[in-house]
Amino acid sequence: MFEKEKIEEVKQERGRWEQTTLQNWLRQTRERKGEFHDHSGIAIKRVYTPEDIKNMDYMQDLGFPGEYPFTRGVHATMYRGRLWTMRMFAGFGTAANTNKRFKYLLKEGESGLSTAFDYPTIMGYDSDHPMAMGEVGICGVAISSLRDMEVLFSGIPLNQVTTSMTINGPAPMLLAMYVAVGDKEGVPREELGGTTQNDNLKEFFAQKLCIFPPKASVKLTTDIIEYCARHLPRWNPVSISGYHIREAGATALQELAFTLYDGISYVESTLERGLKVDDFAPRLSFFFASHNDFCEEIAKFRAARRIWAKVMKERFHTKNPRSMWMRMHIQTSGCTLTAQQPLNNIIRTTIQALAAAYGGTQSLHTNSFDEALALPSEEAVRVALRTQQIVAHESGITHTVDPMAGSFYIEALTNEMEEKAFEYFRKIDDMGGAITAIEKGFFQKEITDSAFKYQREIDEKKRTVVGVNEYATEEDHPIELLRVDPKVEEDQLASLQKLRKERDQRKAQEILGKLHYAAEKDENLMPLMIDAVKAYATLGEITDVLKKVYGEYKELIVI
Amino acid sequence: MTTFPREPKTARCARALTKIQELAQGIFGGDCRSIARAITIVENNLSEAKDLIAAIYPHTGKAQIIGLTGPGGAGKSTLAEKIIREYRRRGKTVGVVAVDPTSPFTGGAFLGDRIRMQELCMDEGVFIRSMATRNYSGGIAKATKDAVKILDAAGKDIVLVETVGAGQSEVDIIRVAQTVIVVHAPGMGDEIQAIKAGIMEIGDIFVVNKADRENANKAVTDIQAILQLNNEENKWKPPVLKTIALTGEGVPELLGKIEEHRQFAEKELKHEKSREKAESELVEAITEEVTSSIVEDLKKEGKLDELLQKILEKEIDPASAAEKLLKEKLKRN
Amino acid sequence: MRSGRKIRVLIAKPGLDSHDRGAKVVARALRDGGMEVIYTGLRQTPEQIAETALQEDVDVIGLSILSGAHRTLFPRIMELLKQKGMNDVMVFAGGIIPGEDVPEIKKCGIKEVFGPGTTTETIVTYVFDNVPKRA
Repeated sequence: MFEKEKIEEVKQERGRWEQTTLQNWLRQTRERKGEFHDHSGIAIKRVYTPEDIKNMDYMQDLGFPGEYPFTRGVHATMYRGRLWTMRMFAGFGTAANTNKRFKYLLKEGESGLSTAFDYPTIMGYDSDHPMAMGEVGICGVAISSLRDMEVLFSGIPLNQVTTSMTINGPAPMLLAMYVAVGDKEGVPREELGGTTQNDNLKEFFAQKLCIFPPKASVKLTTDIIEYCARHLPRWNPVSISGYHIREAGATALQELAFTLYDGISYVESTLERGLKVDDFAPRLSFFFASHNDFCEEIAKFRAARRIWAKVMKERFHTKNPRSMWMRMHIQTSGCTLTAQQPLNNIIRTTIQALAAAYGGTQSLHTNSFDEALALPSEEAVRVALRTQQIVAHESGITHTVDPMAGSFYIEALTNEMEEKAFEYFRKIDDMGGAITAIEKGFFQKEITDSAFKYQREIDEKKRTVVGVNEYATEEDHPIELLRVDPKVEEDQLASLQKLRKERDQRKAQEILGKLHYAAEKDENLMPLMIDAVKAYATLGEITDVLKKVYGEYKELIVI
Repeated sequence: MTTFPREPKTARCARALTKIQELAQGIFGGDCRSIARAITIVENNLSEAKDLIAAIYPHTGKAQIIGLTGPGGAGKSTLAEKIIREYRRRGKTVGVVAVDPTSPFTGGAFLGDRIRMQELCMDEGVFIRSMATRNYSGGIAKATKDAVKILDAAGKDIVLVETVGAGQSEVDIIRVAQTVIVVHAPGMGDEIQAIKAGIMEIGDIFVVNKADRENANKAVTDIQAILQLNNEENKWKPPVLKTIALTGEGVPELLGKIEEHRQFAEKELKHEKSREKAESELVEAITEEVTSSIVEDLKKEGKLDELLQKILEKEIDPASAAEKLLKEKLKRN
Repeated sequence: MRSGRKIRVLIAKPGLDSHDRGAKVVARALRDGGMEVIYTGLRQTPEQIAETALQEDVDVIGLSILSGAHRTLFPRIMELLKQKGMNDVMVFAGGIIPGEDVPEIKKCGIKEVFGPGTTTETIVTYVFDNVPKRA
């Protein structure tokens, strides 16, 4: 992009500047730190110039939006055509409670639904399982059967909204329930739109909500990818996630590399089923965090798009450009929120939301300011939604595509992240792939070391957290927190009892038996899942069948 | 500040003895709290440790003691869990001592072996205790041996000692066991060569875990080849078994071999090995007595300080100084 | 060779909450502080936690929970410890625990609650200063 002579000139001038203007200034004002690093540990220079991107080629490295390598965006007009989906993660209490919150958020202007399930549901337990005691509806909605799902979406037309479901191990069951609700509403399956997170690999080293061992878990993920390719063309079968990896303590670079490698693994596992890559790749989607280091995050998102495009083209030989699109959902980082001076979190979330918008996300969730203390109250979630709306409509950054392109700093950082991510890919390839790396504790060690380092930096005040290790105040302004009514658990238990009495017991048992048989035969379980949920077999009952066949996962602890 | 009149020494000793006796009774009755407290006492080498061991020693010798060692990542803990389950299925009670290394830099330790066995935590017939090596010179072997004695006296049919076979102290620990199982797994690089020589020599049964992996059979033949070199007449020929700890495959057969070895040892080796063990324990105990009492005395008498200065000034070397001190000390006694 | 007592700490994750970043960071800090740390992994029942504490004869228990289920699980754990006669174990907690819940939690016997933003040094020092002395 730059002429050789011009670069040489800049280099000379930089040398001169360093000897004169810079030196003079440093003599009177020292820099605040010896070195400046981003979260990934990359040393940040004082000043970036064309030298730092002298080898870049506009068409090869950036291109135009909507074209390979998609650095600048997956769509030609990006936010000029359509803003990102404002999709607020929500769920607590019973299905009825969450149905109400869904409707509130839709009324306040969110453009898509996103479902948070409670811990028992996430782990495949019915609300009346002993392990569920005290946990029903506490940090998500309790869904034990199709009946609950029907209540959850009551009055919400599934052909007019898209729904994301953050569910992994039991993803087949929850997707089956969603399909069943759609069937009941009369929505053709081809019109059902949404996403199941369904990214089991990252559970083993990040979110830790693993039920079954790695091979079985990848099998179930692939069942959904395959089923959607054939029967649910508008459904995103996976949301290959980096968010949880980051929240577990990874750096931006680790988040980027490990997430994309998981994506590579799923493409491979689906190809093994005999599908062609272009049959399913267009519907693979991604989920990242947006953390505090503004520029690093923007670089990360742009690097992600370019890396994925290259991987799909060169490693998997896709023909369809849509197979190379990296469509992403971003959530602002939960672990950066502080319990102290909670209103500060609004600013953090704003910076992170801006980075997501500059990064070209397709969908965004913004955290509420009270989330370091509890689930978001109505007021807090409204402010969070407004944050997105203000960024979208008032900041002006949506008037053009990829406004940060050409910044010497951002481009240099994007390039460096890409290079280092590929280094990680080679390393994990050499190890034998993602599952082997998990069994060896590779990801876990990388993440736990980064987490410890980060905490040390905060403890030693090398990293400032405003309101916590600096600018702390004594006074506390108590804020109104959301409390889940303990009656929720009682109600759930009662309704489960009722369900079990009222359903056709024999039919449910029969289908569970068929499911067991199919699982042992290694068949794609989705069709039978839909039958099972329609017979009102409960989530726990279905999970138990799968546990019998696949066993349960025992965590490999790496400290 | 209020001060309380001190109890006369004899009264304190009497109280301590009653405490030991109570603890011992609790151990014989299989009371978990007593067992746990007792292990803490021996681990910290507290003043009551000697009395405690003296009280329970007559009740030891009934448990079958099995050692489980091998490189990290071989699946030892997963295998241990399956071994315990199988013994439980056969109606045996099991005590487990899981040993992990102490950091030489911080003195702390992360004890994580029990994670794999946590489901068994609520089984009344299973008692699991995690211990750190604490980097004693030869000391950890003693603490582990004492913990094993406690579990033995508590009536456990089987006592399983699990360590990572990676240091001299781990080789020492494993001498506690009557049957030593060395666990390896294929695909771990050249670790067959890397298994410390000491471990290869004390292994009674070798297990290749994760036997569903590629190169499992090769790992078996590699180990058999090394063992061939040590083959002697009338000695136990260590078998090499395959297991898949995740599913439990091969575990019943492993227990069969353990039983075979137990019978062999009883018939052929019992007296020899028991004598060897008793002798090494006696020598160890004497050494500790000598060290603690003589060194303490020498310190009190200031004799150490006298010679220390000479050592620092290179007038005498430490070995000669020690000889001098002991000659004087023992002559007087 | 005589040895000193080591402080033995159980770091436990009760209930279904799967966020273990904090628990592991604290476990590591305590270990680096010279303590012996037993970490039993995710999804421990109150019964497992109490039984583990008993068998391991720990001096201190650290409970980590971010799911909001502390209101049910903490009293249950403290009750079980009491039943087992483990009155000389110091129990502290951390995670996402609203300030207004802390007095009730302390009433059931938990000595201190460390919220988000607490430095690891604070926790390590607290354990050293407050580990119960044994007879």
